[in-house]
Amino acid sequence: MIRLPLVLTFAAVLFATGVYGVLARRNAVLVLMSIELMLNAVNINLIAFSQHLQQITGQVFALFVIAVAAAEVGIGLAIVILIYRNRETINVDEVNLLKW
Amino acid sequence: MSSQEIAFVIVAVAGTFGAFRVVSARNVVHAALYLVVTLSSVGIVYLLLAAEFVAWVQILIYVGAIVILFLFGLMLAKAPIGREALDNQRRGVAFIVGLAVFGGLFYLLQDAFSWERSDVQLAPGTAASVGTSIFRDFVLPFEAVSFLLLAALIGAIVLSRKDDAP
Repeated sequence: MIRLPLVLTFAAVLFATGVYGVLARRNAVLVLMSIELMLNAVNINLIAFSQHLQQITGQVFALFVIAVAAAEVGIGLAIVILIYRNRETINVDEVNLLKW
Repeated sequence: MSSQEIAFVIVAVAGTFGAFRVVSARNVVHAALYLVVTLSSVGIVYLLLAAEFVAWVQILIYVGAIVILFLFGLMLAKAPIGREALDNQRRGVAFIVGLAVFGGLFYLLQDAFSWERSDVQLAPGTAASVGTSIFRDFVLPFEAVSFLLLAALIGAIVLSRKDDAP
């Protein structure tokens, strides 16, 4: 049996790393990768609490999160490729079309 | 510490190293490959927590599909190399925010959950039990997710095709 706070600490490390990556990276694909890190941290928490509370519901929701993450990456990369085709850059701080 | 916990710590250290390299690598392809390390170690963590179905889904979807999608995205867009091209000028602030997030989460879970060993028996999350739960309690969300995936598929095709296509 793995103690719960150990697992939650690993998830917290992954989440904080993802937050740092989202804020510090300027390449859009790397920002998407950091978002994946955060979603994985959430999934670890869902699985850990599912086993801690002896309920399978957490694992079902982890599957839903994985499906939504797959959809998000597909759409996100399509948008990134579209931006690259139009602007020749995928740096998120240079794409300021909606900024006023 | 039990043998499971020792295995967990080893896997977690590998996953943490991979995550740090994902956010600090100077080559985007290397970042994607380090993402494989992190996602695989997360999958092994699921296995150690006896959630076997989610673990295999994690390996199949994340390592098998999403990382390949990332590599295709990097292939189709220009992948510059170097810290200045990949990081912005606010690394210090981002580091402080990340550290604050970790500190806050760590404080919260230290406060809320004890390190006492509990005798909970791990129930294996087999495909049978997960499937029973999905199709007994979560049929509508399941259909909504399948519709979302279909919409995302069509949306990605529409977004990324050339404008002069018929």
